[in-house]
Amino acid sequence: MEILHFNDVYKEYPTKEGKPFLVLDNIDLTINKGELCTLVGPSGCGKSTLLKLILGQLEASSGSLTIKGKPVGSPDETRGVVYQKYSLYPNKTVLDNVLSGPYFKIPFWKKEERAEVRDYAIELLEKVKLGDAVDKYPHELSGGMQQRVAIIQALITKPEILLMDEPFGALDPGTREFMQTLLLELWEKYNLTILFVTHDLEEACFLGTRLLVLSQYYTDDRGEAFQRGAKFVVDKELHNTALSTKIKETEKFAQLIEDVRHQGFNPQHLQHVSEFDLSHSQSWNTLTDEEHLTT
Amino acid sequence: MSNNGHKRSRLWGIYAEPGVFKWILRLLPFIACLLIYNNVSQNRHEVNPQDKLMPSWSQMAKKTQQLATEPNKRTEKLVFWDDTKHSLVRLLKGVSLATLVSIIFAIVIGLFPAGRELGQNFTNVISFIPPVAILPILLVAVGVGETSKIALIFIGTFPLMARDLTLYVKQIPREMITKTMTLGASQYQLVTKVVIPLLIPKVLETIRLTLGAGWIFLIVAEGIASSEGLGYRIFQARRYMAMDTIIPYVIWITLLAFTVDFILKLILDKGFKWYSAQK
Repeated sequence: MEILHFNDVYKEYPTKEGKPFLVLDNIDLTINKGELCTLVGPSGCGKSTLLKLILGQLEASSGSLTIKGKPVGSPDETRGVVYQKYSLYPNKTVLDNVLSGPYFKIPFWKKEERAEVRDYAIELLEKVKLGDAVDKYPHELSGGMQQRVAIIQALITKPEILLMDEPFGALDPGTREFMQTLLLELWEKYNLTILFVTHDLEEACFLGTRLLVLSQYYTDDRGEAFQRGAKFVVDKELHNTALSTKIKETEKFAQLIEDVRHQGFNPQHLQHVSEFDLSHSQSWNTLTDEEHLTT
Repeated sequence: MSNNGHKRSRLWGIYAEPGVFKWILRLLPFIACLLIYNNVSQNRHEVNPQDKLMPSWSQMAKKTQQLATEPNKRTEKLVFWDDTKHSLVRLLKGVSLATLVSIIFAIVIGLFPAGRELGQNFTNVISFIPPVAILPILLVAVGVGETSKIALIFIGTFPLMARDLTLYVKQIPREMITKTMTLGASQYQLVTKVVIPLLIPKVLETIRLTLGAGWIFLIVAEGIASSEGLGYRIFQARRYMAMDTIIPYVIWITLLAFTVDFILKLILDKGFKWYSAQK
């Protein structure tokens, strides 16, 4: 089932010089239910812009962007989000943070409904080993615990797609790996659809069922001088199921990371639009005649 | 001192460790002020027993006791307590009003782009109006009653509060606002369930900062147009050179201001631990 759909999406920002700066350049993308897409790209490629477009915080300059067939409006509960920081309310306990979403929808006089969702929240928190921390405040938690709360807080409202913006970027390596495994468990158990943005290639290649590389380092038929925005230069299937962390030590895994780095992160290596590795079965990319002269 | 000296200086240098001396240091300025006053006052009384400028402690105590315990012959009120009550009520009304309006301004300007365009420049400009300069306008427009005094306190504290709180609302991370909307909140809920609870400790902190200005404008307003109140009494006593009233009143005002500040700080520290933990 199709969840997220981008069709010929462009995003440009106005600049002081007057000529707009093109960030996202003719983006096409379809994400289906249950996918765990990881998105990587060199800094400045527009990962956060893409995320803000999906969230509805920004509007595309042109093109269409839909969630389950409906145009994305301003941010609402069809999308869930976990940021690297500022995901939690500092003035609320862990439990109240998790209950924020459900309680926005259930008025206070529906005591039974609230009690029910409260029990469910505690159950979820226990699953991520936060049963003892329900009454603590965010500032009393470690970074890893905070992010676990943030994930539960986002998924309890059952969003169509969960957007994660470098959620483990500030964690130490050990905690990070623990969180990756935990996320995979939750993804399998609750059949989540996730778009996971990271700058860490290893994390991207390990976590995802599908890898998206957004990059401005490519070339096309619009000429040398043309100010191109970023496109997906890689869109390929990684694996269908959650993997053990052991895979990170294999030769094949190292090679995969090396390939991706070469294809998307090397300013000296410019692939032509017609040569991108868009091997994923859901991948599609319509090019304009200017971008690729077919005749 | 040798390089590997085991003892730090108690008083000198940036690494001093005053230890028990700290209590002496803390009390020293207070004691010094009292001693100097005492000394000068006594000298003046030796030269001129009728001296009114620097009354002795016993004179001030006697006068204060009289004002606090003996009803005024004409009004039949205990002047000291009556003044205190009137002043505190005015201060409370003025500052509460300023707080409420500031919160509304802060949310409208800090959260909503159209509100920002509407209110931002306006509040910036009106914050430059010197409040005392428009006191005559107030007196002409609303008369010498309670309204003009409360209005002056409001005008004196509101711009500072509004700017401070607006800045705070603007600094709420964009992520947190987007997050709230993705959790299914309406814009009304964003304001009432997220922004206002986050704002409360900041409001207490801002009140602490602006109360200083609040006291100034309270006393100015009472001094110019009033018939009771701490400020009124001080200005009235000036006409008779009654320093034995003025000095105890100043001490009393200082004590009141200090106590209010202390209580607010206590509420902030005990009731909003997450707020101080953020800094």
